[in-house]
Amino acid sequence: MTAELPINLAANPRLSRWLRFDAGGFVAVSPGKIEIGQGIATALAQIAADELDLDIGRIRMVPVTTAASPNEGTTSGSLSVEQSGSAVRHAAAEARAIYLNCAAQRLGVASDRLKVEDGTIIGPGNLRTSYWELADATLLERDATPGVTAKVPAARRLAGTAAARLDFPDKVFGRPRFVHDLTLPGLVHGRVLKPAAPGARLTGLAADVGKLEGVIAVVRDGSFAGVIAETEAAAEAALTTLRKAATWSGGEALPEEANLAQWLRTAPAETTTVDRRTAAVPPRVARTLRRQYSRPFIAHGSMAPSCAIAQWTGSDRVRVWSHCQGVYNLRADVALALKLPVENIVVSHVEGAGCYGHNGADDVAFDAVLLARSAPGRPVRVQWSREDELAWAPMGAAMAIEIEADLDPDGEIVGWRSDVWSNGHVSRPGRSRTPTVLAASQMAEPFERFIAFNPPLANGGGAERNQVPLYDLPAWTITCHRLLTMPIRTSALRTLGAFANVFAIESLMDELANERGEDPLAFRLRHLSDARARAVLEAAAARAGWSSWRARDGAGHGIGFARYKNFGAYCAVVAEVETTAELRVRRLVAAVDVGEVINPDGIANQIEGGAIQATSWTLLEAVRFDKTRITSDSWEGYPILRFSDVPAVEVEILARPQERPLGAGEAAHSPTAAAIGNAVFNALGVRVRDLPITRERIIAAMG
Amino acid sequence: MNARASEATTFTLNGVERTITADAARSLLSVLRDELGLTGTRFGCGVNQCGACNVIIDGQAVAACDTPLWATAGKRITTIEGLGTPEHPHPLQRAFLDEQAMQCGYCIAGILMSAAALLTRDPNPSETQVRTALDRNLCRCGAHNRIVRAVLRAAKEEAP
Repeated sequence: MTAELPINLAANPRLSRWLRFDAGGFVAVSPGKIEIGQGIATALAQIAADELDLDIGRIRMVPVTTAASPNEGTTSGSLSVEQSGSAVRHAAAEARAIYLNCAAQRLGVASDRLKVEDGTIIGPGNLRTSYWELADATLLERDATPGVTAKVPAARRLAGTAAARLDFPDKVFGRPRFVHDLTLPGLVHGRVLKPAAPGARLTGLAADVGKLEGVIAVVRDGSFAGVIAETEAAAEAALTTLRKAATWSGGEALPEEANLAQWLRTAPAETTTVDRRTAAVPPRVARTLRRQYSRPFIAHGSMAPSCAIAQWTGSDRVRVWSHCQGVYNLRADVALALKLPVENIVVSHVEGAGCYGHNGADDVAFDAVLLARSAPGRPVRVQWSREDELAWAPMGAAMAIEIEADLDPDGEIVGWRSDVWSNGHVSRPGRSRTPTVLAASQMAEPFERFIAFNPPLANGGGAERNQVPLYDLPAWTITCHRLLTMPIRTSALRTLGAFANVFAIESLMDELANERGEDPLAFRLRHLSDARARAVLEAAAARAGWSSWRARDGAGHGIGFARYKNFGAYCAVVAEVETTAELRVRRLVAAVDVGEVINPDGIANQIEGGAIQATSWTLLEAVRFDKTRITSDSWEGYPILRFSDVPAVEVEILARPQERPLGAGEAAHSPTAAAIGNAVFNALGVRVRDLPITRERIIAAMG
Repeated sequence: MNARASEATTFTLNGVERTITADAARSLLSVLRDELGLTGTRFGCGVNQCGACNVIIDGQAVAACDTPLWATAGKRITTIEGLGTPEHPHPLQRAFLDEQAMQCGYCIAGILMSAAALLTRDPNPSETQVRTALDRNLCRCGAHNRIVRAVLRAAKEEAP
């Protein structure tokens, strides 16, 4: 029995917002979390079907829209199964009870003598009715109440089984599924001009673009400029002409790529103490090991360039179709930027490609809103180019990290000081008084460019995410320096600061273990009292055959561990690398504890995918730039891991059916990077502390 | 600058002869998506670097984004819509569902076309050959190994 409502249900208590029984024999389930390729819609359908005693085929997942859906904020941070799952579970359990009461009255028996089989409600003797016979929207026009009993884990049929993803058939048969494929009556096409440099002002636009065939309007609002045309091809052609006609001035100089860590450490910053732990007895420090680590800016690199449709339905009313991660958040930013009441704006979610965080989705939606004002009543579809997506979407922030470990005369760790220098990791829309969408800073009446911040540590933090070690160390001082200048725009990329912090912590732990001649696994276990943490390390090591590894030339293995955000999923990874001709990751073995598992194949898919994406980040990825602009604006300039270079990945999921479910989407990244770095050391005896671990950096480290 | 004069181009699309009157310099991708309403072929980069728009032309997996319409005259083109249907799926489509071989699925149509061209060429490829054949297709979600398993499964299930 739950004493309190799940937090997202408490915020959106009306049951009809979450569920609707349809006489046609299905239940529409309407969560506020968004499908971004992670499979949340399927997991939530499993949960609802379980509570309602339905075949999963009777669940219809409703796309998220500000017109109807509960407001569950942003779909991010690996929180959806936990937050939305508990809300859907409770709402469904309560709806089931309401329908059983209704059936009990109709059939004249007590509700506890009724059972449900795929929507048919069955009582003693031949008594029968169904959700579909009883379907009545008014039944759920009431607020959820605490005290509803959801099923115990053992009574759930679908949770814990590998339900097939509901969205995959459309994708395999090439049916329209993405916002890119959406057609609306009267649809026209827009393209937007990107500045010559971040923050540059548009000083001239001398062109007769408006006379080009098929062009409906040339739009200019300060330094924001674009075109609307009848066809996509005409819009592309007009944009090319517009680009040649544009003159730009000014812009914010970018830092020097070759001295990125130095820039991070010296730029104006706000310093906060993240955490401090003091030893009861002042330690005897025999020596201090000081190490520096870094990671570059990393691009989200969605396979689809961002795309949106906007349609003004009056002088002050607009509809938006977007693959953003938070429809209410985008709506708030559009309202702020255009000084409109939020009620005048409807944002509806349509799937896009995987985004891995805050990519260009919100920006292009606002582009579409601005352009579409010049074609009243027409839906205007705007799609960014590949160059735009790789150069103008927010980046995952570059980070410089320094850790000092104090060692006592026995070489044991007695003190730990960690400093992180980084831009903030979040500039998502809808969270501040300044809109963060790109074009808001380009309009004739511009808003100041938003400087990314870090969410509170209680929510996982940003640059300081996973900066506090999970190890049992007697003392530490954890300090975060958030940059107050942002020449390269940053926002949430999967794992935020955790990736670099875990890479640093796990590299140093590995180094300390090796210095002492201790097995890196044993050394970690000796500093970990958390049983679930120990279990994933032991499981990954056992599965990988850690202790039976045979050292040989040109090969190495390494281990890495983290509990995401220090309160999320546990994950340990063993990496095996080859270093003969070039560095290749051959095998990754991950063990993960995500609490209760709703869809084991969904978890495995997320862990495999996370490990492979992290391998790409670790070996290859860095945003490239010169003094004025991002230069890595193609897949040739920003290479990612290809099929032939992808390692074998094995995943072991530890069963914890009694624990609350935790998201898996970001658990594997950081331990993977650490394990690869440690495997490189194991193979070659050198440590590369700056990501990505390239051939050049390995050679430099070998001195 | 004026749009070039339209020309008629005839090709066989998913088994049906089609004549398209349009600027012959336009990309096949733009014609498929905007003129013919076949949106299963996806735009990813526009410069043949990601494989999201791959189609099969005369047996070869080809990027539709940098294939001009004029180059398709007289050719046989297969898109994802012509690969199979829910009622009669291509063995690859069945295998991709069986293996749950994707995450977001945006790259999948292009990957299916590359894989279908491979299996036509070589019905029994090795894992290495599958990976090599897919090296020009990017996947950002990290579903690579599932995809490779699915292609090998389709090949095995079709083996005589």
